[in-house]
Amino acid sequence: MPDSQRTTSPPRWLSMLRVIGWRLLQAIPTLLAISVLTFTIIRSAPGDPFANDKAVREEVRAQLEEHFGFDQPRHKQYFRWLYRAVFEFDLGPSTKQTGFSVNEIIAQHFPASLELGLYSLLIALLVGIPTGVIAAVKRNTVIDYGAMTLAMLGICLPTFVLGPLLLLLFSIGLGWFNPLGWEDPSDRVLPCLTMGLFYAAYIARLARGGMLDILNQDFVRTARAKGLPALQLVWKHTLKGGLLPVVNFLGPAFARIISGSFVIETIFFIPGLGRFFVTSAFNRDYNVIMGTVLFYAVLLITLNLVADIIQVLLNPRLRFDS
Amino acid sequence: MTTTAPSVEPVQSGSAPAPGDSGLPRNLEKGSSLWRDAWRRLAKNRMALASLIFLVFISLLSLFAPFISPYEFEEIKIGLGAVPPLSRHDDSFHFFGTDELGRDLFTRVLQGGRVSLAVGLVATATALIIGVTYGAVSGFAGGRLDAFLMRIVDILYALPFTMLVIVIMSAVEQRDPKHSLYIIFFCIGAVEWLTMSRIVRGQVMSLRQQEFVEAAISLGLSRSRILFRHILPNVFGPVIVYTTLTIPAVMLFESILSFLGFGVQAPMSSWGSLIKDGADKIDVYPWLLIFPGIFFSLTLFALNFLGDGLRDALDPKTSKD
Repeated sequence: MPDSQRTTSPPRWLSMLRVIGWRLLQAIPTLLAISVLTFTIIRSAPGDPFANDKAVREEVRAQLEEHFGFDQPRHKQYFRWLYRAVFEFDLGPSTKQTGFSVNEIIAQHFPASLELGLYSLLIALLVGIPTGVIAAVKRNTVIDYGAMTLAMLGICLPTFVLGPLLLLLFSIGLGWFNPLGWEDPSDRVLPCLTMGLFYAAYIARLARGGMLDILNQDFVRTARAKGLPALQLVWKHTLKGGLLPVVNFLGPAFARIISGSFVIETIFFIPGLGRFFVTSAFNRDYNVIMGTVLFYAVLLITLNLVADIIQVLLNPRLRFDS
Repeated sequence: MTTTAPSVEPVQSGSAPAPGDSGLPRNLEKGSSLWRDAWRRLAKNRMALASLIFLVFISLLSLFAPFISPYEFEEIKIGLGAVPPLSRHDDSFHFFGTDELGRDLFTRVLQGGRVSLAVGLVATATALIIGVTYGAVSGFAGGRLDAFLMRIVDILYALPFTMLVIVIMSAVEQRDPKHSLYIIFFCIGAVEWLTMSRIVRGQVMSLRQQEFVEAAISLGLSRSRILFRHILPNVFGPVIVYTTLTIPAVMLFESILSFLGFGVQAPMSSWGSLIKDGADKIDVYPWLLIFPGIFFSLTLFALNFLGDGLRDALDPKTSKD
């Protein structure tokens, strides 16, 4: 049987390339569906993109609508938007931030979100993985129970409770950090800690589960019986396999970290894209909503694909096409 | 429960009967001893049992909130704005204090619990119905239909759901608060069924190969009867576990929406919207955040522990060690 398998199946890298191509192809209808869905929802919503503190005169409104193309039939507007987005990489102008294009807005606000996400992920990995691995190695001891109860607490304490509490303690109480803003390097500490600890809790649980699966396997017992030091066993033989669930989680997690950052950015007044998206959803800034949703969708699809590739590379038993 | 075979009787060492026992369909003769085993394992797990008791307690408290508290959740008292917890003013006593409009916080936390728990239960039920049906049909049908249905799930997985739900919620936010509550149920339910359908599909696919299904086919039962009466009851274990873990996820999602201002609208409250109000005034009235935060976190904690406990209890493989 292994013989027939060897002759029929193509080499690993080829099947991988094929799957990547297939997934990228699949992304096209997905992105189209997202754009149609978002367009339909925001355009059928009540509300006015030109609403202001002062009343807008009729002729001014007509001119504005003409300028942004909102006087055209809906489907024409959509196809025009789509054409410019695909062929000119232009997501259109913002109606609220006069003079700014959506591209400029994303370029301006995304770096803060990305920075927040990356630092948080770093904290999550640095805290989560060692905690999970130690808990697995010392399983069913006080250390294990303590670590896992802490992890559960971390998962159940929502970021929007932890964030304000940290603010109360360290900014208002002790005065160590500025309560709001994103200017000074020290402004990064509280937001990244808030988000990072939440994901650290998740990662600790995943790492523990994955390590336990590996530590129960025969080859580990053999290695132990041969007298391999415990540290070397964990470090050299089991860590790579045991952390697979964590790698698996990272793609979706990064996407979730970005979507979770709506909350963090709101609490700490960070000028990131998440907060901007929420504001523009309130303001009916049509192009900004469309642009940000699509931007995040592309990001999400890419990250998931990258996570899948890394997973296959790390685990030689996995094949891409199964 | 006394109708079950007497041979099972000695196994029961004085522990209480499972609440799920009587509710099971009659054709689950073999399964009922599994359920009793599971209940016994669960009862031994102190954390899970404590969580269960806590959840029952908090549900009853929320359910009977109007009878427990002497105040209305929307009752505004101008003179009693932002009274700290446990303080007595003339004839009124505010256990958790009041918010800056003089609304009793204890009442509002209980009221928020009603909304949050309702969202958790209804949205999870929606996800449960869609996910189980979808996954079961997909796994049972197999072949092209299965491939097609699962491709749709793959595509849906790639959607930035939080953003879409925010867009939807911002589209309906101006309507009345009751209305937006139903939309939340629907939106969250529509998001959370994906994983459920995958779990059920996997289970159904492996069950489909087994002898009792073959026997049912040879007896000439209809496909839908085999699926819903014979296969699905065997999927209950993983489904119950995942359901218990979906409820906190759903409640968290609702609270994020409320926190961002897209969820439940004032004067209604959910734990999420109360936490939002508290977070805004954390520097002056910290109790406005702390009490709803404690209630919410403890409930999530209990649900997660119960879910873990159920997983250990219902999965015989893990219960060995």
